[in-house]
Amino acid sequence: MNRRYSILSLARNAFSHHQDWQEAWRSPAPKKRYDAVIVGGGGHGLATAYYLAKLHGMTNIAVLERGWLGGGNTGRNTTIVRSNYLWDESAALYEQAMKLWEGLSRELNYNVMFSQRGVLNLAHNQHDLREIQRRVNANRLNGIDGEVLTAQQVKDFCPVIDLRAGGRYPVLGASLQRRGGTARHDAVAWGYARAADALGVDIIQECPVNAIRVVDGRVEAVETARGTIETKRLGIVVAGHSSILANQAGFRLPVQSLPLQALVSEPVKPVIDCVVMSGAVHAYISQSDKGELVIGAGVDKYVGYGQRGSQPVTEETLAAICELFPIFRRMRMMRQWGGIVDVCPDASPIISKTPVGGVYINCGWGTGGFKATPGSGWVFAHTIARDEPHPLNAAFSLDRYRTGYLIDEHGAAAVAH
Amino acid sequence: MLLIACPHCGPRAESEFSYGGEAHIARPADPEALTDQEWADYVFLRDNPKGVILERWMHAHGCRRWFNVARDTVTYEILAVYRMGERPPALPERSYL
Repeated sequence: MNRRYSILSLARNAFSHHQDWQEAWRSPAPKKRYDAVIVGGGGHGLATAYYLAKLHGMTNIAVLERGWLGGGNTGRNTTIVRSNYLWDESAALYEQAMKLWEGLSRELNYNVMFSQRGVLNLAHNQHDLREIQRRVNANRLNGIDGEVLTAQQVKDFCPVIDLRAGGRYPVLGASLQRRGGTARHDAVAWGYARAADALGVDIIQECPVNAIRVVDGRVEAVETARGTIETKRLGIVVAGHSSILANQAGFRLPVQSLPLQALVSEPVKPVIDCVVMSGAVHAYISQSDKGELVIGAGVDKYVGYGQRGSQPVTEETLAAICELFPIFRRMRMMRQWGGIVDVCPDASPIISKTPVGGVYINCGWGTGGFKATPGSGWVFAHTIARDEPHPLNAAFSLDRYRTGYLIDEHGAAAVAH
Repeated sequence: MLLIACPHCGPRAESEFSYGGEAHIARPADPEALTDQEWADYVFLRDNPKGVILERWMHAHGCRRWFNVARDTVTYEILAVYRMGERPPALPERSYL
């Protein structure tokens, strides 16, 4: 059992110059057999394992990660958390995640640095403004906080913004979700890993899955770099590599893998204390606790697995940032990178059973998976443990492409995908 | 930035082109005869390889003509460019885990 983190443990460890902190999770050798195996040690996979152990009593489970924990999209996103989605199905799912976020640090005994600093979604023309009003109304009907701000109120909330934006992207108003904000992305993976490990979950890093053994339409085992692991239940939560794992199991997915990129600037003193998003121009900005501006861009237009992103996309995003925030024009960017996101035709995730018995898939989060991390794991754990979806994710089935019941969040979800 | 050799205009920057996704998908000859699942597969399922992809591009800021490209989705090398209606040339096998 892990020792609890507290002010007392901090003081105690100070006496030993912080040399004796216990490892946050074990690194066990894989067992021969598990009741369930989760492939993918990002936030979603680790959250799934945690809720399986905590809420569904399944503790003989493993999380397999090909690299290191949170080294994929969990560590590559722009850390924004919000739940202001248009459609009822999405609103319910993301709001469940938001409610879990609000108690997460206490639940995990790990500070995920969740900061509800407010998320602005800008309107640059009359159409944007009407869409924002419609979305805020829909949010409020679903019990999600939201406000429509006038241009002047935007300026008051975020003084560094230039409302004229050089004439190219004038700001006419915005929606504001005050409960939205940011969280420390690595801490989310580490916090879930530590809490899951304490409940007996084996977290196995550097363990890529090479093949999935299916017999008579049911999963039997996974072949990994560290040997064969038998399991009757397999949860796949691997974001950009979902198609590859699905192919190994013998089914196809309607997802396309695209690089989504982000950048951080050199650190500066506090200058922007909220999150500003502009879906129309694909520019998202906030400031980290270290002082770096964290800037998110849009996806590349073509399929790719290179974790870097296309240069014209960087250029368009930074051009828009410079118009909206002339104060940042002389900032220098320190790092730029890409994460491979799996985008569905309707820009909504798939959290579902699959054509293969015992195989469950959680994918298709596209450009917006981080904010859903706790809710995603919570419903996916239910789906795996009960072999049926929770009412919150029933609509997010793989079968919706056959029935036509799409959840079309393209452009509806406060950003254009 | 990709440098794409348009078969009609020569090599140009990626930003001059628009993307058309997977190539060589034939519209079903008799759509009425398809089941819902077959129609969903035609409309929504696309190859998403980590390796060589065959895809369509259009030279939007040039000749505005469509053509096919074979590209490695990890190294981003363009392995072949060929015209609409042509079959893809012989390509090296590439796969990554």
